[in-house]
Amino acid sequence: MSDATVIPATGVAAWGQAIRRDRKAAIGAAILAVFAVVGLIGPFFAGDPHELVGVPLQPPSAAHLLGTNGQGQDVLSQLVAGTRLSLAIGFSVGFIVVLAGALVGVAAGYFGGRVDALLSLFFNVFLVIPGLPLAIIIAAYLPSGPLTLAFVLVVTGWAWNARVVRAQTLATRNRDFVAAAVVAGESSFNIITREILPTMTSILVAQIIGSTVYAIGAQVGLEFLGLGDVSTVTWGTILYWAQNDSALLTGAWWTFAPTGVCVALVGFGLTMLNSGFDEITNPRLQLERAWRAHLEKKGARPARSTPVVIEVE
Amino acid sequence: MSEPLLSIRGLCVDYIADRGPVRAVDRVTLDVEAGETLGCAGESGSGKTTMAKALMRILPPPAVISGGEVLFEGHDVLKLGEPELRAMRWSRISMVFQSAMDALNPVITVGEQIVDTLAAHGGVSKEAARIRAGELLDLVDIPRNCFEGYAHQLSGGMRQRVGIAIALALEPSLVILDEPTTALDVIVEREILRQIRTLQKKLGFAVIFITHDLSRMLQFSDRVAVFYAARLAEVGPAEELRRAPRHPYTRGLLAAFPSIHGVSEKRSSIPGTPPSLKNPPSGCRFHPRCPLAVDICRSEEPALRKLGQRHFVACHLAE
Repeated sequence: MSDATVIPATGVAAWGQAIRRDRKAAIGAAILAVFAVVGLIGPFFAGDPHELVGVPLQPPSAAHLLGTNGQGQDVLSQLVAGTRLSLAIGFSVGFIVVLAGALVGVAAGYFGGRVDALLSLFFNVFLVIPGLPLAIIIAAYLPSGPLTLAFVLVVTGWAWNARVVRAQTLATRNRDFVAAAVVAGESSFNIITREILPTMTSILVAQIIGSTVYAIGAQVGLEFLGLGDVSTVTWGTILYWAQNDSALLTGAWWTFAPTGVCVALVGFGLTMLNSGFDEITNPRLQLERAWRAHLEKKGARPARSTPVVIEVE
Repeated sequence: MSEPLLSIRGLCVDYIADRGPVRAVDRVTLDVEAGETLGCAGESGSGKTTMAKALMRILPPPAVISGGEVLFEGHDVLKLGEPELRAMRWSRISMVFQSAMDALNPVITVGEQIVDTLAAHGGVSKEAARIRAGELLDLVDIPRNCFEGYAHQLSGGMRQRVGIAIALALEPSLVILDEPTTALDVIVEREILRQIRTLQKKLGFAVIFITHDLSRMLQFSDRVAVFYAARLAEVGPAEELRRAPRHPYTRGLLAAFPSIHGVSEKRSSIPGTPPSLKNPPSGCRFHPRCPLAVDICRSEEPALRKLGQRHFVACHLAE
């Protein structure tokens, strides 16, 4: 049947197609796209977030759509400026964490022996260190700023990914196609990057998304505790200043609620997007989609047992 | 004649692809009598395994059963609900899989897996299940001390025998053997098949034996069904099929196997390759490769006709 097999679209086209086909993924992608646009070009349109524009703690009005904060700065301008920095840190940390985890994990799993023992010891040590206290300590000692924060998040976040990738590599390494590649004389580097890592695409993408959610949450959390550079404008420092200015006591909800909603929305969007990626990296799920649609059209429901839809008499 | 144990009537199975359904089993009609061995022969993708799995309703997505009836012990399997299917599977119809290594769990001991099978269908105490598991191992000549062993400690033949023991655990009336000996060497294969024969005589279950080794199948089966491109080409008693195959496809298959008895003759093969099921040929699906094809073969699909007492052929020219 090889001559009639459907050749699925590859590369960017395939990703685009799968995202459009999956309603959840489409919603997630749309939410993230809005934030990406705001983060990229928003700061050119919104005003200077540091500028003192009016009376402190004014509720939302036509002049200041989200009101002013305790210093008398425009909350909307701050939110837009914060979006850029927070997302930049979040996504780059998410990416680096997975990259580091994948490299260490795949090396440990593939080479085995002493390399594995050493690397496993290394990331197991990181696993038993409680993440948040370590993050607080490192952040307190290093000069505060976004880069420090990113460093702290990478150091405390990569070990789990390494562990998962190592386990997966161990399972893949003994498969016949890897043995075939070894016999064919491929270099270890090629085997790792072209044979083993692609089988884990779905895991890696899920890890990137999960790590990004973690990075954004942890970053906002650390900054809220005052461990970031409080003079930069990020979602975390917005919340820090809102707390500092007793926003809850004075009932100034507009100084913290929009930021909270943004953090939640980005997390929500990333999670939705993940379901679409699952399908691209697992061709079986694509087949199942056609199958489900077929059954739905015939008024049957997918079940554990092979469904029966009598059409032929 | 009394009711057959299993009666398949016009079974159709579709695989749903993006561009529409592909029919992998097309109006197959077959009977299996209690205690008999029915062989299913055919090339890869001819629908024999798909049919067998459809009987138990264990085809994974994207398969859909799109037509026919499967009467087994008085019930239409295609109309059963989930609980009834669960009760039927393994206790009435069981299966021995192709790869014994993959069918056995590597981290659970052999004995425990048999006990689990017994426990899954309820009604037995742990103690009774262990005793029964021991008996089952005796039945397939596996030493009792393998009870605590793991799959990797057994040889390929022993693993497959454990698979047979698990299949027989609940005394089913039908056992499907899905290429049970493909991964084994010929000596072990012979032994396993002989053992199944002996057990069958003792316990009286029927067997559906799937393989692409036609000569082995003719030796082992009472009757043989030959599949070609999702359809049945010929069904008949093994002896008759070997002596006088009626369908040109069966003839072609038999002509490709050498015999160690009798005169040495030139072996021939069937030219061409089996057709794509996405776009099957019109009329008889074998006509593009058939040496005897005439006009009617191209235009009209041959029905399965009764030619002997228990011999059915789907060919316009056979008589």
